[in-house]
Amino acid sequence: MYGWLWRHLPGPALVRVLILLVLAVAVLAACFVWVFPWLAPYMPFNDTTVGEG
Amino acid sequence: MSGTEVTRPDAHGRDEEPGGSADGGAGGGRRAARRAGRSRDREPSRGGGVVLGAVGVLGELLITAGVLLLAFLAWQLWWTDVESNREQAQLVQEQGWDEPLAPLEAPDGPAIVTPRYDEPPVMAEPDYLTTFASMRVPRWDGEPTRTITQGTDRPNVLNPLGVGHYEGTAMPGGVGNFSLAAHRTTYGKPFNRIAELQEGDPVVVWTADTWYVYRVTSSQIVMPDDVQVIAPVPDQPGAEPTERFITLTTCHPMFSARERYIVHGVLDYWAPVSEGVPAELAEVS
Repeated sequence: MYGWLWRHLPGPALVRVLILLVLAVAVLAACFVWVFPWLAPYMPFNDTTVGEG
Repeated sequence: MSGTEVTRPDAHGRDEEPGGSADGGAGGGRRAARRAGRSRDREPSRGGGVVLGAVGVLGELLITAGVLLLAFLAWQLWWTDVESNREQAQLVQEQGWDEPLAPLEAPDGPAIVTPRYDEPPVMAEPDYLTTFASMRVPRWDGEPTRTITQGTDRPNVLNPLGVGHYEGTAMPGGVGNFSLAAHRTTYGKPFNRIAELQEGDPVVVWTADTWYVYRVTSSQIVMPDDVQVIAPVPDQPGAEPTERFITLTTCHPMFSARERYIVHGVLDYWAPVSEGVPAELAEVS
């Protein structure tokens, strides 16, 4: 999977590493902004009130 | 990753053929022949190569999932605190909730209010999502002022705004049970240090014009559906209240929602904000 990605990226190794870094940061940012806030309510450790259990 | 290495000879054969032939037809030819021989040798195990490739991809997916899980933990345990603390500090700033604390900075010591034990003013219950009061707990030295907002749902109140007021329970200073909820971990964790509270500890709540100083009377750990802790008389549902209680609820154990940590208190005294600050707040700063 990552091998395939590496072979299909253009440019020398340094450029590829930079592209991969940017991609990784983009994926993490998307997770922080959209995915995790959506996921959090389904996690079983955030309830603090009485009466919703 | 090691899984992909297994499939690499095939890929090399396809992708880098032109590069290989650039350094001489003969060499390229010899290499091509060698490669052909090798792939003939590999013919019987081709099915095994596919399986190994699939295992390799699976391994990469699992590692990716592990990294994303760690990222989720970092988001939940650290980033939600950063975001919510910033938002709550901004609310305190915008609505001026720290202004009554300004006398604490006075060079010749703050004006201390005279405790009043008569009937305190009690505001009417505000609309959902209205921030109507603030609180500080001297025992939690170093914690910022936390605002109190009407409602106790997580997406709109507890996650972004901190402390929520159970709708229908008493208001500050009111006869009955002024009941609050907040996170103990994550999202700014306003009640993170709730277990440090001891009997007699002050909990200072203030509205726009009145200080209410409560004193902790007891703590208990209950199940999530034990709503009697926020009854007008705590743990005596249906009883007619004559006292002015406060109840803090949060999760227990930390990082779990299996139980709830409950702290009860009663109103000690009240005072107008215009007179100065309660002695309890002046002691810590």
